[in-house]
Amino acid sequence: MKTPSIIGQSIPRLDGPAKVTGRALYTNDLSLPGMLYGKLLRSPLAHAKITRIDVSRAKALPGVKDVITGADIPQVKYGNWRLVPQSQDEMALAVDKVRFVGDEVAAVCAIDADTAQRALELIEVEYEELPVILSVEEATAEGAALVHDESEGNVSLVRKIDYGDLEAMFAKADYIREDTFKVHPVQHAYMEPCSCLAASEEGDRVSLWTSTQTPYIVQCLLASTLGLPENNVRVMKVQVGGGFGGKMELRPWEFCASFMSLRTGRPVKFTLTRADELAFGRRRHAMSIYSKVGFSKDGKLLAKDFQVMLDGGAYNAMGPTATFLCGTFGNMLYNYPAYRYFGRHVYTNKPPASAMRGFGAPQAAFAAETQMNMVAEELGIDPIDLRLMNAMQTGDVIPDVATISSCGFKESLEKVRQISGWDEKRGNPKPGKGLGIGCFSFISGGVFNWFNTKYNFSAAEVKVFEDGTAQLATMACDIGQGPDTVLRQILAAELGIPIDKIRLISMDTATTPKADLGTWGSRVTLMNGNAIIEAAGKIKDMLRPVLFSELDLNQIHDVAFEDERVFVRANPKKGMGFAECVYKALRGREGEPLTARGYYTPRNKGLVSPAFSFGAQVAEVEVDTGTGLIRVEKMYTAHDCGVPINKMSVEGQLEGAIQMGLGYALMENLIMDDKGRTLNTTFLDYKMPTAEDMPPGESADVITYEPEGPYGAKEAGEGLAIPTAPAITHAVHQATGYRCMETPITPEKVLRALGKIK
Amino acid sequence: MAKQNIELIVNGDRYQLTVEPSRMLVDVLREDLGLTGTKIGCAQGDCGACTVLMDGVSVSSCLTLAVEAHQRDITTIEGLAASPQDLHPLQEAFVQHGAVQCGYCSPGMILSAKHLLDHNPKPSEEEIRQGLSGNLCRCTGYNKIVEAIGDAAEKMAASGKEG
Repeated sequence: MKTPSIIGQSIPRLDGPAKVTGRALYTNDLSLPGMLYGKLLRSPLAHAKITRIDVSRAKALPGVKDVITGADIPQVKYGNWRLVPQSQDEMALAVDKVRFVGDEVAAVCAIDADTAQRALELIEVEYEELPVILSVEEATAEGAALVHDESEGNVSLVRKIDYGDLEAMFAKADYIREDTFKVHPVQHAYMEPCSCLAASEEGDRVSLWTSTQTPYIVQCLLASTLGLPENNVRVMKVQVGGGFGGKMELRPWEFCASFMSLRTGRPVKFTLTRADELAFGRRRHAMSIYSKVGFSKDGKLLAKDFQVMLDGGAYNAMGPTATFLCGTFGNMLYNYPAYRYFGRHVYTNKPPASAMRGFGAPQAAFAAETQMNMVAEELGIDPIDLRLMNAMQTGDVIPDVATISSCGFKESLEKVRQISGWDEKRGNPKPGKGLGIGCFSFISGGVFNWFNTKYNFSAAEVKVFEDGTAQLATMACDIGQGPDTVLRQILAAELGIPIDKIRLISMDTATTPKADLGTWGSRVTLMNGNAIIEAAGKIKDMLRPVLFSELDLNQIHDVAFEDERVFVRANPKKGMGFAECVYKALRGREGEPLTARGYYTPRNKGLVSPAFSFGAQVAEVEVDTGTGLIRVEKMYTAHDCGVPINKMSVEGQLEGAIQMGLGYALMENLIMDDKGRTLNTTFLDYKMPTAEDMPPGESADVITYEPEGPYGAKEAGEGLAIPTAPAITHAVHQATGYRCMETPITPEKVLRALGKIK
Repeated sequence: MAKQNIELIVNGDRYQLTVEPSRMLVDVLREDLGLTGTKIGCAQGDCGACTVLMDGVSVSSCLTLAVEAHQRDITTIEGLAASPQDLHPLQEAFVQHGAVQCGYCSPGMILSAKHLLDHNPKPSEEEIRQGLSGNLCRCTGYNKIVEAIGDAAEKMAASGKEG
C-alpha cells in the first residue's frame, strides 16, 4: 500500500496562528475568581537539620490564607520510579532536614503576590548545619556524611551491564587506552517558567492546570501524596512553553497548590521565577566517567569498560533512568564483543539532576565519541573509517537490550562525510580551523515500566461524526515539539480526511483515555501514533460493512479511505463519501456513536526501546588563538529518523538540538560556590546561544523504514542533542591541538592549553 | 507611595488606570488588561519574551514602569494584525516557516522583528540576527525565525505595505 500523501509533508503547526497572535494560553495566563497566590520558602543552606519552624507571624499577616510546612502534609514520599519504592525519596516540603540550597521548606498562599512574599519573610526557621557534599568523589569517600540516611554511602542506585568475556578481549587487544572525562551540568532553560493553578472541587476533588510534559504521572503522584483516590485528581495542561525533560515529575508547587486549595476552598496559583529555575531547577547530570577500550591493530573494537558516577543532587528524580541509559548509550553505535558498565547514581547536596534531552546519552556519548576520535588518531585510521568498521547495522543484537530493527548509521556516516567535504578539508588543514565528528543513537520511547503503570503506555480515542469530521482524544503532550499536528497527520492519513477536520482533545486526565506516559524519551510519535492507528483501524472496521452491504460487494475486496471517500480499491468509482458512510453506519447502530480506542505498549522489544535512531554530525570550527574564542562555522548532520511524518517539524527539532548542543559544548554551565549556592541565576550569566551564535547548517535525512513505527517513523530530535558537543570537541582539537576532557570548552581552557595563559 | 492615574493607549484602545508606581508595564498589560500574549520569561530584561512596541520602539515591558507608559502608544502581539481574522505578514511567515515551536518566545520575537523591519525594511541575514539578539528561543535554533523574517520583509516590500 502506498504511503498516504499527508505523511512526510511539511504541514505548519496547527496551533501556530494562536501562538503568533498571543491567543494561545499558557498556565500562567490562567486565573480564576478568588484565586490565591502561592509562594515557596526555600532553604538557604545546602545541608542542615531543621531545628525549629515558627509560622505564627506569617499566619497572622492580614491577607494570608494558609501556611504549610513539612509537618502539615501527609508523610508520603514520591518519585517517578514507583517500580522501586525505596527510590521514592522526595517530599514536597522538607521534613527534619534540607538537602540542597532551594529545598522547599514551607509554602504560603495569600490574596496577592506581595502579601505572600511578605509572609515568607515572617517565617522563622532555625537550622543546624551539616557537612555539605558537593561532588560525587566527596560523596563516595569513606566516612562521608549521608545526604539520605537510608542510602549506602550516598549511592542511591547501581546499574550493571556485563556481556562477553571482558578480560579475554582486553588480553587479545593490540591497543588499549584508558581515559577519564568530566561533564558539567546544564539546564533545560525552557522559556516558560513552571506554573500551576489548582482548584478544589466538591467531594475532595481537585483540578490542576500545570506546565507539565507528563499529566498522568502528575495525577498519580499527586493523588498518592494528597492521600486521595487517583480519580479525585484531574490534571490538565494548556500550552507548555518547552520542557526538554525538565517538566516530567510531580513538583512541590503542584502539591502545595492542590493541598492548599483543598484546605482553603479557593484556587491557588504558583509561578516560578527565572532565578528559581536556574538556581533550584532540575538539570542535566554532571558525570565523572572512566572509559577503557581495547582494539585490534586494524581498528576492530573488542572490549569496553565504562564506569560512571552520576551527580544526582539531593533526590533521585529521573536519575535512575539516566543511570540506565548512560550505560546503554556507552556502547550503542558500535559492535562490541565484550562490554561492562558500572553506573552509580550518587546523592550530593545540590539541586536534583533529572531527565534532560538525551537522558544520560549526551554525557555517555561525549566520552565515548571523544575517545573514539582519540583511538582513530593513535591507530592512524580516519575517524569515519574507524566508525564504519565497527558500526551497528539493521538486525544487530545488543545482548539483553535490543535487536536493532532499522539502522541507517553507516549511510549517515557516508552522507555526512560527503556533505561536509570531510576528505578534502581534512586533506588541506588550515591554521585555526578544524573539522570534527560526533555520532549518536537514541531511543523511540522506553520499554522499561519504571512508573509501574497498570495501563497501556499509550492510548488514543477516535470518534467520527456524520458531518465527516473526527475527534482525537489523547493524553499525549505537545510541549512545543509538535505532536498535536503530527498525531493528527497520522489520523488524517488513516481515515483519509483533511487534517483540519480533526478536533483534538488532549492532555486532560479526566477525559482522555488512560494512559499516555507523557512526552519523554522521544516516545510520542511512535507510541501514540501506533495507538491512533489501532483506534482508526477499529473505526474503519465499523464503516467498511456499510460499503459492502450498500454496494453488494464481494468480500474479497479491499476498501480504501482516501480523499474523504470510502471506496473499493480495485475500482475507485465504487464507493461513497466518508460523511455518508459514517451517517449510514450510525443509522445501523441504534444511536450508538462511532467511537474506538487504540493502545500501544511495546512487547518483546528488549529492555530499552522498540526502535533506535542513528546519525552523525560534523562540526566545522574556527578558533581565534589570540582570544581562545571558538566560532562554529557550520554544522553538517546526517540522521536516520525512519520515515519523517512532518519534515518541517523534524528540521525544527534538528536545528533546536544544535542550539542546545552548542550551548552545552561552549557556554552553558551552572556555577556553584563552595556552599552549594548557584551563582549564575539570570540569563545574563547563564549564557545560551542567541541568533547571532547559531551557525548555518546542512543536513541530509537518511530514510529507513522502522517496522515498529507508525508509517515507518521513529525518534527525531532528542538524539540530535547528543553528537554536537563531541563533534565540536573534536573540531577544536583539530584546530588547536587542545582536547577537552572536562566540559565545557571555554576560551580560558583553550588559551591555557596553548600556553598563552597560566 | 500613592497610586497614580495613568492613561495607556494599547492597540489603539484607551485605558484609564490607577496603578502603584512600582508596577511594571508587563503586569498591567497581563493582569489589568487581560492581554496575556505578552509573556514573562525572566522578568529581568534578558530574554525578550515580554517585548512590546512603545511609540514604535521595542521595549522590555518587564523593565518598563507602567507609569512610564502614560499616554504612550503601545502595540502588543494582540494588536499587530490588521484584524482578528488576519495575520500580519510576520505572523504568517512565522507560521509557514516553522519558526514557532512552543511559542512562548514568539510574541516577543515577532515584535522585535517588527521594530527591525520598521527601521530597516530590507535587512541582511546578519542584521536580522543582530535584531533578534535580545530574544532567546530554546526550541527552534533561530534559523527558521531568521528565514521567516527575511521572507516577511520581502513580501512586505513587494506589496509595498508598511507592516
